[in-house]
Amino acid sequence: MTFEAIVEECRARLARPPGEVAATWKAEHPGGRAIGCFPVYTPLELIHAAGALPLAVAGGGTTVELTHADSRFQSFVCSIAKTTLELGFQGRLAGLDGVLFHSICDVARNLSSVMRRNFPDLFVEYLHLPQNTASEAAVDYLEAEYRRLLARLEGLVGHPVTDDDLARSILAHNWRRGLLRRLYAFRAQAPHLLSLAECALLTRAAGAMPVESYGPLLEAALVALGAREGRLKDRVRVVVEGAFCEQPPLGLLEVIEEAGCYVLDDDLMTGWRWFTEDVPVDGAPLRALAEAYRDRSEYSSIRHDWRKPKAQGLLEKVRRAGADAVLFLPAKFCEPALFDYVLYREALEREGIPHLVVEFEEKQWTFERTRNEIETFVESLLFD
Amino acid sequence: MAEAAKATQAVKGEHGYHGNVHERSKALMEAWAAESARRARTGEPSATIMISGNCVEILRAFDIHPLFPEVSALQMAIRKQSLPLILKAEQVGYSSDNCAYVKADIGYLLSGGYGPEGTLPRPALVLCNYVGRNVYVKWFEHLAEFTKAPLYVLDIPFLREARPSPDDVAYVVRQLREVIALCEGITGKRFDIDRLREILAYSARAEEGWVRAKELCKAHPAPFDAYFDSINMMGPINVLRGTRECAEFFDAAVPEYEGMVARGEGPLPEERFRTVVEGPPPYPYYRSFRNLFAKWGAVAVQSTYSTVGGIWEFGFRHDPERPLESIAEQMLVQNLTNRSLLDRYGQIRAYVEGWRADALVIHSIKSCRLFSAGQGDMREYFTKELGVPTLLVESDLEDPRYYAEAQMRNRIDAFFEALEHKKVMGR
Ligand code: SF4
Ligand code: SF4
Repeated sequence: MTFEAIVEECRARLARPPGEVAATWKAEHPGGRAIGCFPVYTPLELIHAAGALPLAVAGGGTTVELTHADSRFQSFVCSIAKTTLELGFQGRLAGLDGVLFHSICDVARNLSSVMRRNFPDLFVEYLHLPQNTASEAAVDYLEAEYRRLLARLEGLVGHPVTDDDLARSILAHNWRRGLLRRLYAFRAQAPHLLSLAECALLTRAAGAMPVESYGPLLEAALVALGAREGRLKDRVRVVVEGAFCEQPPLGLLEVIEEAGCYVLDDDLMTGWRWFTEDVPVDGAPLRALAEAYRDRSEYSSIRHDWRKPKAQGLLEKVRRAGADAVLFLPAKFCEPALFDYVLYREALEREGIPHLVVEFEEKQWTFERTRNEIETFVESLLFD
Repeated sequence: MAEAAKATQAVKGEHGYHGNVHERSKALMEAWAAESARRARTGEPSATIMISGNCVEILRAFDIHPLFPEVSALQMAIRKQSLPLILKAEQVGYSSDNCAYVKADIGYLLSGGYGPEGTLPRPALVLCNYVGRNVYVKWFEHLAEFTKAPLYVLDIPFLREARPSPDDVAYVVRQLREVIALCEGITGKRFDIDRLREILAYSARAEEGWVRAKELCKAHPAPFDAYFDSINMMGPINVLRGTRECAEFFDAAVPEYEGMVARGEGPLPEERFRTVVEGPPPYPYYRSFRNLFAKWGAVAVQSTYSTVGGIWEFGFRHDPERPLESIAEQMLVQNLTNRSLLDRYGQIRAYVEGWRADALVIHSIKSCRLFSAGQGDMREYFTKELGVPTLLVESDLEDPRYYAEAQMRNRIDAFFEALEHKKVMGR
């Protein structure tokens, strides 16, 4: 398969709603269960170890017209909450057995309730990830929370899950995350050979396929990438921050590059990449996952680690990538991202790192104003 | 009812709001603010803490003065001082879509409000009681950043099942012990569990009075408006809980309301509609918003906002015999914000039925997605599933730019006209 063909394969898979993906997979795996995962981070290993298929349930992008959901959530609520609910109303989640939410923001929290009420047949579970990772108590708590979730999943699938099952699932997801880290490392070195939109399609596909078929696809993509050639252009090298939950439209990602940027690193789909290194498999698996959440996670607007300010995480990312600037890309009305911007901005200004804010909505389809803004920003950096 | 008669009722109503409770509450809150200002000058320790499901009793056990940025923010809104502060915060990067409570507080901080020159002390500890509100975490993270005070985020697992698990409770208690150790470090005092027990006994006494007052609103007419007048009791129960003054405040409030019930008196000349209100009030337009309801003889007999700090009317009390465990229980279970939206539906339903309300009023707050995200679904549930007439209006609790008086009035009038029509037809 050529690299382009792999990217097209990802695009085609992403065009199918999660319910349909789930139904197809379940037809091939009689008795199987499929669980939707609302952003950002889900311990996929628990679902996988239970023999179920985790799939990303993260809004509808440009593919859904709101008919019911906008009467449930007000105009000042982010798009992903509404389109996710709308997918449910339109039957496009049918095929999923459940959806998992967790403590990312006040909106997602309430959405889990609204989903539970409107879709009573769906197994809706809410995971409370610790907000006080500095406390010694957090790891014990999280291990217990994972055990609680696992028991619920065992109830759903109707059989127990062993430590060996969990260890195998950790290995599978370590493999997948390792491949994604390689993809990102490749782009950081050669952003002219892998565009932001291509990278996003490859990454997003992780949420639309079983890890067993995603892994080989991504491996093939990495091999094919090695054969790509091109010349590095004179562009501004940026890090994209703030799009960890609702995902920007591909058109916007293309515009960022067309307007003169190379994106060396980003937090798109960060929940499906999450760990900075492999989760160890030599101890108790749930404990290992809980410790990894505390000690091996990427910094993020929705994970609070009081041992290290997030702004420091961003500065390190910028330096590691050798970026010239930060493109701050929050979803419209995304409160965690908008709040963090204040502290990020303070740190960036202190360090003399230029930045630009561009708000987006997943369903946006014209980008001319954004293009102008980015072009002006790029020009100010290239020619000043 | 003729327009003139309605107007008269509104005016009378305005004078009827105030009673001894209002005056005493005002005096207590002023004393609290004066103590804040005094500590700003002397440097005696203070700590910021949140209203929702808080553990103010622990601070009190160390004589650490509690600061409540939410309360200072709402006071600025009532005094119509919030907008310039909000704009100031927006200048440093806050979005127009961020919670305006946070912006008013940070705006105040950036204007020098915290510190020896201001009215609020620089906190010795920024203690964030995270009770299911992500905005709280961001707010206090920023406060800590801007004041350079140490931050502790007390993580309270969200109520995901009917009861918290033993692991949830253990997690919270362990963190409470960490908070205690921090307080020992700040004050140089040893933790005295007996002192905490005394404080908790005062808390329980006040809680008892607060519940009794709310129970009295089951009477027709209700002796006070459980939304608009509740604010007079929310100050003491949340800010001053655990003090003798607070317990005595409720000791005095209850007989006052009992007397009103005995005499058949309410906050308005006539109670024509009984409502349950959901969502915080628009503080910048408190009075004008209130009058839009008073004019229709609509009295709130229960409200969810009055339970952000704690839910006591279903039996929970702080327990001096189980000090840390009962504090943990209050934080985990017995407050509005750490419970799911569906739990809130259940709470409102219990209010509508138990307090025999005619309607539900939802005040949807742009700032506050914790309260408001999904309130359209709530309306759907109450109107379609339960057949409870429901009105949904939108504005903000802090930012005056989102209050559209004419639009608000039209919606409220249309709603009560329809309700009145229904009432007449039902007779
Ligand atoms: S986009 Fe932001 S506000 Fe919306 S659900 Fe995601 S994290 Fe929450
Ligand atoms: S979002 Fe709501 S609950 Fe949170 S601080 Fe703001 S007003 Fe309070």
